[in-house]
Amino acid sequence: MRIVIVGNGMAGSRLAAEIRARDKDARVTVFGAETRAPYNRVLLSNVLAGTAGPEQVCLPTPAEGVDTRLGVTVTEIDRAARTVRTADGGGEPYDVLVLATGSEPVVPPIPGATRAIAFRTMDDCDRILGAAATATTAVVIGGGLLGVEAARGLSGRGMPVTLLHVAGHLMDRQLDAEAGLVLGEALAGLGVTVRTGARAAAVHPHGVELSTGEVLASELVVLACGVRPVTGLARDAGLPVGRGIIVDDRLRTADPAIYAIGECAQHDGTVYGLVAPAWEQAAVVADLVTGAGPAARYRGSRLVTRLKARSVELAAMGETHLTEESAGTVEVVRFTHRARGIYRKLVIRDDRLVGAILLGETPAVGTLTHLYDRGGPLPVDPAGLLFPGQDAAPRADSPVRMPDAARVCECNNVTKGRIRACWEAGARDTEAVVAATRATTGCGSCRDAVEGIIGWLCRQEEVRA
Amino acid sequence: MKRPESTIGSMSVSLSPPAPVMAPVHQGEATHCPYCALQCGMYVSEDAGGAITITPRHDVPANDGALCQKGWTAAALLTGGARLTTPLARASRAGPLVPVSWDDALDRVAAGLRAVQDEHGPDAAAVFGGGGLTNEKAYLLGKFARVALRTGQIDYNGRFCMSSAAAAANRAFGMDRGLPFPITDIAGADTVMMAGGNVAETMPPFLRHLRGALVVIDPRRTRTAGRATLHLQPAPGTDLALALGMLHIAVTEGYADQDYIAARTSGFAEARASVATWWPERAERVTGVPVARMREAVHLLGDAGKAMIITGRGAEQHAKGADTVTAYINLALALGLPGRPGSGYGCLTGQGNGQGGREHGQKADQLPGYRRIDDPAARAHVAAVWGVDPADLPGPGRSAYELLDALGTEGGPKALLVFGSNPAVSAPRAGHVAGRLAALDLLVVCDFVLSETAAMADVVLPTTQWAEEHGTMTNLEGRVLLRRQAVAPPSGVRSDLAVINGLAARLGHADGFSADPGTVFDELRRASAGGVADYSGITYERIAAGPGLFWPVPAEDHPGTPRPFLDRFPTPDGRARFVPVDHRPPAEDVDEDYPYYLTTGRVLAHYQSGAQTRRIAALNEASPGPYVELHPDLAERLEVVSGDLVRVSSRRGTTEAPARVGPAIRRDTVFMPFHWAGANLLTNPALDPLSRMPEFKVCAVRVERAVPDAARAADARADRGRA
Repeated sequence: MRIVIVGNGMAGSRLAAEIRARDKDARVTVFGAETRAPYNRVLLSNVLAGTAGPEQVCLPTPAEGVDTRLGVTVTEIDRAARTVRTADGGGEPYDVLVLATGSEPVVPPIPGATRAIAFRTMDDCDRILGAAATATTAVVIGGGLLGVEAARGLSGRGMPVTLLHVAGHLMDRQLDAEAGLVLGEALAGLGVTVRTGARAAAVHPHGVELSTGEVLASELVVLACGVRPVTGLARDAGLPVGRGIIVDDRLRTADPAIYAIGECAQHDGTVYGLVAPAWEQAAVVADLVTGAGPAARYRGSRLVTRLKARSVELAAMGETHLTEESAGTVEVVRFTHRARGIYRKLVIRDDRLVGAILLGETPAVGTLTHLYDRGGPLPVDPAGLLFPGQDAAPRADSPVRMPDAARVCECNNVTKGRIRACWEAGARDTEAVVAATRATTGCGSCRDAVEGIIGWLCRQEEVRA
Repeated sequence: MKRPESTIGSMSVSLSPPAPVMAPVHQGEATHCPYCALQCGMYVSEDAGGAITITPRHDVPANDGALCQKGWTAAALLTGGARLTTPLARASRAGPLVPVSWDDALDRVAAGLRAVQDEHGPDAAAVFGGGGLTNEKAYLLGKFARVALRTGQIDYNGRFCMSSAAAAANRAFGMDRGLPFPITDIAGADTVMMAGGNVAETMPPFLRHLRGALVVIDPRRTRTAGRATLHLQPAPGTDLALALGMLHIAVTEGYADQDYIAARTSGFAEARASVATWWPERAERVTGVPVARMREAVHLLGDAGKAMIITGRGAEQHAKGADTVTAYINLALALGLPGRPGSGYGCLTGQGNGQGGREHGQKADQLPGYRRIDDPAARAHVAAVWGVDPADLPGPGRSAYELLDALGTEGGPKALLVFGSNPAVSAPRAGHVAGRLAALDLLVVCDFVLSETAAMADVVLPTTQWAEEHGTMTNLEGRVLLRRQAVAPPSGVRSDLAVINGLAARLGHADGFSADPGTVFDELRRASAGGVADYSGITYERIAAGPGLFWPVPAEDHPGTPRPFLDRFPTPDGRARFVPVDHRPPAEDVDEDYPYYLTTGRVLAHYQSGAQTRRIAALNEASPGPYVELHPDLAERLEVVSGDLVRVSSRRGTTEAPARVGPAIRRDTVFMPFHWAGANLLTNPALDPLSRMPEFKVCAVRVERAVPDAARAADARADRGRA
């Protein structure tokens, strides 16, 4: 079985590893247009921010036996001959072909757009950092996830940054308007000037001109205007393409020998732009092509977006835009504290969490992500989920409030009642109580509590006397 | 190279010393507790009227005068009516166990063993040992299996306990000594991370050694977690992803100790690459632990002058337990902890002799001295000590669960000897295991109480216990201790060594199986000489005179090895090995039919399968029975309150127990203690590919309100009335 993978990014390289993990003898060839070994694109924002070095985002080297052709672009699929042709004039026959060509940045059709640097690859990252070394200000065009991360990364390097976003609020795909507003305020406090409803009209050598005619001076302009699936190979080969390459639950295109995964694929109407779905898809394809799991199917992914930006904690998942006015019975639970940069929202339908926004640090993120991912039933009063820690058991450590049945010494099963009985039988100091009950002789941590109870009993006696 | 400073002396001074404990009022024979691997020192004295008193010893660093309730009440089992004092046997499989003479009992066992071996070959006889057995017993049991029975079918309950930590430590360090440093080092650590350990319940005096910041990783807010500076509460079965996420953070935030990594380790580049795909947000999604908490944990470790990472069964008892421990070891290595005085990685050994019990040959793949049974040099050395041809030694046998699962099957053992273990309660998928035990031609159990497994046996042999015999124990530090006889055993019982001696003689081995512990220990010393766990320099006299000796002790004038990794690791190149590992989900994840996780664990008042502690009144008063711990949100959904009977079902079985409702557990998880028959009816025997550890700590269950029997009967009557 000859398996050819086009694309050596996060989806393609993962697939190669998944296949080799299932079948040590599988013949896998991977073509990568970039000359670099695969790296973790998710972490590029951290490289830009300086919180990770380039060497720290390298993905594991491909498993032994994977034939990786770096810098070799595939130019054509000959479906009849089951062969791919490459720009260097070569060709590679396949039994199974997997397209993992990813996506490319959208460059807005405005004058001077090529003066801006798109933020997509490690090379882009290098170029941005090179320019940032001499620039005094930066403009980021596009206030989606990547644009926010880029803006925050550059501001963290001490550079004033203006973030332009054409929509009414930041990250409008993931956030509702209020969350977008609170996020903008949080960024403002970190050196990012947010301009929403702002359209860039041109990029000049020393700044960005807005549609209003206003010019923002800047030596560094970063483009984060979204991405577009790379589908040319598939289209030229006659495979059905929508926004992405159309695949079924087996991740197969219309040609049963050709699969597509990752950001270039469109499954059930959706093109996924995050890594988790790409890896789920890679596992399914690996199961199928190696025969390890012939029943494996891909049924779509639940999306959790987690912003990677220092001092800004944001998680958004699912259908965050639903409101009580939406179709069906939807409950929305919301808490806002703008001064602290806190916004929390739960969207509940049929007793299940179908969406959530958590802005500002909270330990609730773990619990809510799990509830969303697994579709588990919510508690009768879901509002408590927004305030974890409130449910901690009250501790009655004052001797007065403690019931007699309360265990003071866990290690030796000594209750307050036994200490009292012991005291009433004449043991008037700690050592005497310890000798009679063995309290404090295990882990020793109840010593203060035992002394407190004895002191309280002694004081009570004085009061009565 | 700079000589490492000596740290045998004083460690940093504690700011808040633990409570002093009562001064000893009685003295008696200086010995050690019968229960956990802390092996607390205690005096046992018997007055003229036969009353036995226990007082704690101050000269044993592990407990320094402290005891928990199990230790204080340990004497109850020496004198109580629960003791077996005569051999028992059945006239037929269906008949009752009735008293028989020792000769009759041993003759029956020998005849039964010969019969199955004559018909089916040597491997038709199998042996199942225990981590509570002394070193002498564990050693002699392994020799008995290989030499007298010539079977490869021997394993022990420690497979259910320490095997994952052992496999990971051997892989990384070339040596598995639970704590490769004295326990007193822990008090000097600025930060201790405890992954899946609940010492407040399992070994309470251990808490006295925790003085610095404490990071606890546990799906439950246990009493140990309640004391923690930081508690990370991952979903069951995700400790591995959590460790990978924390290593990612440690690397990206510059906490990796590059000098240490270069000088003392190998394989860092691969380990670093393996966590490149475990950015913290991804780990958060899998584990449910917020990124900010992971960072805080890494900062507590990385900013500490001295730090330790310690794993317990919570991280280890998984079908990926060895890799999980490896991930925590990788984190420790990246931070430069192992082999640095006052820092390190260690595991919390569970059973009393869980350390020594895993060193001297009662493991399926092992020979004494922590040698591998498939190593020709090891076979030659041990065969010479035993006076047999190396070619006659059997090879590796089945691991514990695989052995139990094969009992009475085509090609599986037909006879089983059980020493110091109660697998009918303690094995995973216990209902199935009980069925396998019942399918045997011959089940023989040596114990001092009639455990659930003993109650199924064809022959029960009553043994001496703990304070009634001499022997050595190796505690969680790897310190070899002398557990002295303090009282006379009741008449009618024999030591395990005497049982082995009697059986060996009947099987044609009149020599080579002494019933005298000192004689057996001297032979163990020779058999272990030159091995990883080298006891050759240890004598009863040396350990009687002091606080014990840390192995390896290769000569009688060798002082022992408190910190074996200071200068080099016992790997071929002297370096510790990073091993890249990856996360995978639990062997059985939750789904619509079984929507909650079950995790299992311990309570303070009981030990292991409860065979001992459930027979002690004071401990039953403290913890009278099993329970199901569940979150208030789940309880509300099920319409149960504390005390209501709850039914928990997995694909393997069903059990019922009262609810205990509280917010200390995750909403998606229920907990049951395993000291009673019940919890293990549910657990999953999926095995770790390397350590063969079953997945005790996570399986999928359904949880329902149970209808009490009376109500069920009433419903049934009503149904009949309608029909």
